[in-house]
Amino acid sequence: MKRYDAIVIGAGHNGLTNAAYLARAGLDVLVVEKNDYIGGAAVTREMHEGWYYSSCSYVCSMMRQAIHRDLDLSRHGLLLVPYLGTVAFGDNGETLIDYPDEEASYLELKRHSPHDADAMSRFQADLGRYAQLIRKTLLRTPPDPASFRPRDIGELLWLAREFWKLGEQELYEYIRFFTMSAADFLEDYFENDLVKAAMASPGIIGTALGVESPGSAYILLHHVMGDVDGNVGAWGLARGGMGAISHAIASALREAGGELRTEAGVERILVKDGATVGVVLENGDELYSDIVVSNLDAKRTFTRLLAPQDLPPRILERARNFKIRGSSGKVNIALSGMPRFTGLPDNPYINRGGQGFVGSLETMERAYDAWKRGTWSEDPFIESVIPSAWDPTVAPAGKHWMSNFIQYCPPELADGPWTPEKRDAFGQTVVNKIERYAPGFKDLIVHMEVRTPHEIENEIGLTQGNIFQGELTIDQLLFNRPFPGYGQYRMPLKNFWMCGSSTHPGGGVSSACGANAAREILRDLKKPNIVPDDDCYDE
Amino acid sequence: MATTDPFAGERLKESPFHPRQAPMNLRDAWSSWNGFKFADYYYDTVYEYFCIRNFCGTYDICPMQKYLVTGADALAMLDRMVTRDLGKLKTDRVTYCCWCTDEGRMIDDGTIFRLDEDRFMLTCGSPCIAWLRKSMIGFDDVAVRDVTEETAGLSLQGPTACTVLKTLGLDGIETLKPFGIQRFPFHGDTLMVSRTGFTGGLGYELWIPAPLALTLWDALYEAGGDYGIHPYGEAATNMARLEAGFIMPYMEFSEALKTVNYQHDQSPFELGLDWLVDFRKPHFNGRAALLAERERGPRYRLTKLDIEGNKVAEDAILYNNRRCSRQVGYITSAMWSPAAKANIALAMIETRYLEGDIWAEIYYPKELRPIRKMARCTVRDKPFWSGPGARQTPPPAT
Repeated sequence: MKRYDAIVIGAGHNGLTNAAYLARAGLDVLVVEKNDYIGGAAVTREMHEGWYYSSCSYVCSMMRQAIHRDLDLSRHGLLLVPYLGTVAFGDNGETLIDYPDEEASYLELKRHSPHDADAMSRFQADLGRYAQLIRKTLLRTPPDPASFRPRDIGELLWLAREFWKLGEQELYEYIRFFTMSAADFLEDYFENDLVKAAMASPGIIGTALGVESPGSAYILLHHVMGDVDGNVGAWGLARGGMGAISHAIASALREAGGELRTEAGVERILVKDGATVGVVLENGDELYSDIVVSNLDAKRTFTRLLAPQDLPPRILERARNFKIRGSSGKVNIALSGMPRFTGLPDNPYINRGGQGFVGSLETMERAYDAWKRGTWSEDPFIESVIPSAWDPTVAPAGKHWMSNFIQYCPPELADGPWTPEKRDAFGQTVVNKIERYAPGFKDLIVHMEVRTPHEIENEIGLTQGNIFQGELTIDQLLFNRPFPGYGQYRMPLKNFWMCGSSTHPGGGVSSACGANAAREILRDLKKPNIVPDDDCYDE
Repeated sequence: MATTDPFAGERLKESPFHPRQAPMNLRDAWSSWNGFKFADYYYDTVYEYFCIRNFCGTYDICPMQKYLVTGADALAMLDRMVTRDLGKLKTDRVTYCCWCTDEGRMIDDGTIFRLDEDRFMLTCGSPCIAWLRKSMIGFDDVAVRDVTEETAGLSLQGPTACTVLKTLGLDGIETLKPFGIQRFPFHGDTLMVSRTGFTGGLGYELWIPAPLALTLWDALYEAGGDYGIHPYGEAATNMARLEAGFIMPYMEFSEALKTVNYQHDQSPFELGLDWLVDFRKPHFNGRAALLAERERGPRYRLTKLDIEGNKVAEDAILYNNRRCSRQVGYITSAMWSPAAKANIALAMIETRYLEGDIWAEIYYPKELRPIRKMARCTVRDKPFWSGPGARQTPPPAT
């Protein structure tokens, strides 16, 4: 019977990246995917004739440029297009436009608060400083602080040196930043509530935390430290939708001789004498390999694919308690025309990019309160993008699709399980809110796909629909991700690895988790490293 | 009494498209080209670059020089002037070519359109009427007319370009092959379309009598509204052409007739334009010198480089080691390529050092401090980027 060198479970972008590097290193690699399409949460699907939705993730800025370049994803068909013009909408109909031009943005801020217009540069500089350090860690394996191996000590020293370069004062600031709330952090800079709300909103995206919850300041950073072609904080769209990223990586994988099998869900990971030896598919097929790599989240991997008796009890407990709470929904809408937002000029550079229906800090916190009670707010935070205005391939000419990300949406409702009726009611809430800011919006709707954590979990397998494969709080970051002591992609079974967003550096379409895991696997196999260093060290 | 503008002599001319382009130039980012006011960019260079790569954009080529060369001897005259064999150029076809001094140094490059049996249009970056007149010596039946100002040219480049032209009503445009010409009736006159461009992707150039320029613009922007049409300027052009590996005057080459220092101009061989030089034709300007150069091999070669890291190697000097003890060449153009996701450059490198290591000495600023970096360069043979299906007929839908 055929025996692979490696089987990677899950054809999400990290699994594909991991497999591509293993295949490039000469390994005989198979990726198995439960769906009949690849991409996991980096996926494009034609959900209505002529409309191609990025059903889950929808924008891109974390993608490691060094990986994109090294795997030659451009030649494999990937084009990342930055989009411009993000507008924050406040509770009372006021708008805050983020112009691509710095001077214009300054004047816009000044309209709301002269103080905040000035403070913005200090805010951006501070954020830039924090981001600079974190960015450098993305394509590195976190050091194990409890280990005395020279490599871990070396890596810890590197980290210490990078910290030290920030200056003494910044060390304190950094610790604060990692543990404080987005709202408190912003309090140091801004006075205007809409400015604060607009800046705070990245701090709650994908997270079961509120703007007032400790830890949300880091999430904010996580969302602004990416870049498009060196423009830190910029966001891009993949031409052809997010699935284009997965397809380009899959093409690189195939070119390197890797194999990809869809409709091949894994029922169970085979374990023999404390080592993984292969997988059993849902159809009963048994596939064998020297190593098994799971791109699924930590909770699903350890509680669904592995038998409890095969695991150390401590790990099982960690996996069961892994913080992976679902908190987000997604509503994809096909439109017969471009929505017109009240209060915005007819300026095509700014009225069809991103819309942040932030309301205010209070509104966002109330939405979080609703989530805690097991329901959704009638006034949720919505982050929208209109990709069809920036990509001619995702909707028919003159028509549009709008991606709407909703914070918050509970994984389970207080009044019982999700039903199609409740799902539609949730979708209606979103439409009602957008209609308030863009009268006539409802009349433009051609088709709608409403996705609650329930759909996200069932379709692509993210536990509770958590977009990050586990929350990005300090207890689950760096060497603590996914579990303390297991931050280096090796799992507590022999020949068993993880490569998904449950590992460092966490969620976001970055390819970093998959690439880092490949580097570690090749190291254990005593093969030369072929995973490139990040290209951000000159910053 | 009408007041006269005392600065009239210094003001730049306006292109026939200016009335539409000016209000779109939100940043007042103007530069100039051949005496015309010319946009460096309109809104944002990167935005416009992505229009070229992702939707489509228009580039005003009115300031480009256009000469109508006619007469029974027109072909013979042009064929003697340029290095390429024009005998193969059929009617309604376009060819890229260059022309040289007797010493085989390049004067300029451009395109020749064969409009009819004895009717040609020559386009080029700089005025060259003096050289054309010199080239006419010995030919009886040939006339040259500068039609730069009477002909408006607009380049439409990008993956949606063909769809936009179809929407404009140009039936059959999808059958037009690269370097082909088609004509369409347009408001009582003729719109000439060539499938040519300077971006490495799908693209067309539209030629119309200047009085119809605005009519064309309005119709085109109406047709392109749903296909992301947007004007782009010099900055985005420069990005796109570099990714495609095309040369630019005053970056890759100095025009031979304007160069002061000996051999600070270039030969077609040095510029990698070997394929433009056809020694099978009996005589052309610079033939003997070029033949000799081919024998001994060019001293320099224009080379495509992929440079490690992401710091742009603009103006960098190249060495064959990282200690910088031996200079082997210099960068002519460099950029970070968003489409190729690579740190790319064109460089003039001494031929004998091409096989060895190449290092670029890069200076980049970091909050006012210049930082020096040595970066390893890898030679690339192919263009850094080429549009998917850009040469396909019919072109891909988007």
